[in-house]
Amino acid sequence: MSLLRAESLSRRFGGLLAVDGASLEVPEGGLIGLIGPNGAGKTTLFALVSGFLAPSGGRVHFLGEDVTREPPHRRAALGMARTFQIVQPFAGLSVRENILVGAYLRHPGREEAVRVAEAVATEVGLGPMLDQQASALTVAGRKRLELARALATEPKLLLLDEVLAGLNPSEVRDIIPVIRAIRDRGVSILMIEHVMQAVMNLCDHVHVLASGRMIASGPPREVTADPRVIEAYLGHGAAARIAAQGAEGGAHA
Amino acid sequence: MSARDLWPGLALLALIALMPFVASNTVLNFLLSALIVALAAQGWNILGGYAGQLSFGHAAFFGMGAYATAILQIRYGVNAWAGLAAGIALGAVVGWVIGALSFRARLRGSYFALVTLAFAEVLRILANAADFTGGAAGLLIRLSPGVENLQFPSRAVFLWLVAGTVAAVLLLTAWIARGRFGARLVAVRENEDAARALGVDVLAVKLRAIALSGAVTAAAGCLYAQNFLYLDASIAYGTWISVEVLIACVLGGAGTVLGPVLGALALHGVGEVAKIVLGQVAGPVPGVDLVVFGALLVVGIAFLPRGVMGGLRRLVQRFPR
Ligand SMILES: Nc1ncnc2c1ncn2[C@@H]1O[C@H](COP(=O)(O)OP(=O)(O)OP(=O)(O)O)[C@@H](O)[C@H]1O
Ligand SMILES: [Mg+2]
Repeated sequence: MSLLRAESLSRRFGGLLAVDGASLEVPEGGLIGLIGPNGAGKTTLFALVSGFLAPSGGRVHFLGEDVTREPPHRRAALGMARTFQIVQPFAGLSVRENILVGAYLRHPGREEAVRVAEAVATEVGLGPMLDQQASALTVAGRKRLELARALATEPKLLLLDEVLAGLNPSEVRDIIPVIRAIRDRGVSILMIEHVMQAVMNLCDHVHVLASGRMIASGPPREVTADPRVIEAYLGHGAAARIAAQGAEGGAHA
Repeated sequence: MSARDLWPGLALLALIALMPFVASNTVLNFLLSALIVALAAQGWNILGGYAGQLSFGHAAFFGMGAYATAILQIRYGVNAWAGLAAGIALGAVVGWVIGALSFRARLRGSYFALVTLAFAEVLRILANAADFTGGAAGLLIRLSPGVENLQFPSRAVFLWLVAGTVAAVLLLTAWIARGRFGARLVAVRENEDAARALGVDVLAVKLRAIALSGAVTAAAGCLYAQNFLYLDASIAYGTWISVEVLIACVLGGAGTVLGPVLGALALHGVGEVAKIVLGQVAGPVPGVDLVVFGALLVVGIAFLPRGVMGGLRRLVQRFPR
């Protein structure tokens, strides 16, 4: 059964159709990628799915229920958690207090919530930083905090918006196994990512959004070889040029 | 906030409660006024300090409490204690209504602050004009000392009542700050979108905060009315109380449990001293306490960005335990 089903979602900003009839599904236990060039509408699509923006058209189904009209906090309560591409820490609070807000969603008592928050912090590698002020964290630390807070709500579906952006290669290597472990313990994941190494490594299935439209979908290797996808990233005619260069290179060898 | 951090506050209130045995009536009157403002400031702190919704109009709640107590006694012969309870409930209701109107309209920051100011001013003008509220002449509560009438022949008992109420709200605030509701208040203050994404119903949290805040500040209004047995629109709904509670919180440390109490006592203390000192130098200068309040606010914001509480905490952290 699919956990999340977005049906031909659209969102207009004045004259701009940022998301244009995009559909996607996340199966239970899936780790699905959402890629596409800058400005493709990926973050906007996340906002539609998580309820932060109302769609101009289309529907969102979560756990078989139509949640199109539900506010974000209700969707979170149902088991949908998101991170923000532009991190949104509670800057004046400690790491522990940040994560605690998420943990309180399922655990009204303080002791239990603190226990959950600390366990989640350890899971994402923030264990030693629990008492630090969130505003004192490095970029990598803030990304981990986004992840930790979302996880603390004990979601069924995790929407990750570029949690690897801004990290150096060794930090990326560190966090990939963390994401895989989260999926392996039963949390389904939909992730927006530009770091292709991570997409190749992690995702079972990838959707490609360009100019608000879904242009391709499939296993990562197939999708990245798709001429339509190459053109969306590199411009019109790019696929043909690359193919020609490849043939030339072959001839010289 | 642990029980240990509450100690200094409770000790201070206990000390104040002992004052009737040593201090003059002037000192007791000063302490009573300061504690009533402290109580009102504790109300402001829940909404402004913890939930981050700055109000310029807490006079609306203070006045609602004061007028409810007075009018119920004078016009309807209701018992003063029942009047107190009604005043507190009315404060919560008015808070909820102002919140529902402004938070639903997504007013935030200075827009919200201005709307609260407008509500308080409208109430002041209405109370000043209507016969029901005694108009410009104000209302006199009949002097009839007796515990059952919430009037006490000795200042001491009234001081104990007010100090006890402040202590109770101190405990309530500490309890809230430690639990889920407190975490959500602070989350809303720090980042509404992030709070929403973590399942926090931001509107519901704000409404609860403003209702509770209104109730506490209304309690201060009720006690004010019972203390002076007189009120008019410019006392009950005047901007003075809106400004004093705000400065007390900012000065003491908004969003801390003890901040409003320390701030109110410091504010009143300095105001009184300034009045006395300047009075001796230059004769009585009307409004000098307001000038002092303004100066204190500037100094506080410049040197103690997190209030007296923040300053004390930094001082304590400098000494290894
Ligand atoms: N609130 C808004 N108002 C107006 N236009 C917006 C708004 N949010 C996004 N847009 C526009 O919609 C388009 C899609 O933006 P979006 O942030 O969804 O892209 P994205 O795929 O996430 O890009 P990136 O990879 O750079 O994060 C862009 O052209 C952007 O300028
Ligand atoms: Mg984006």
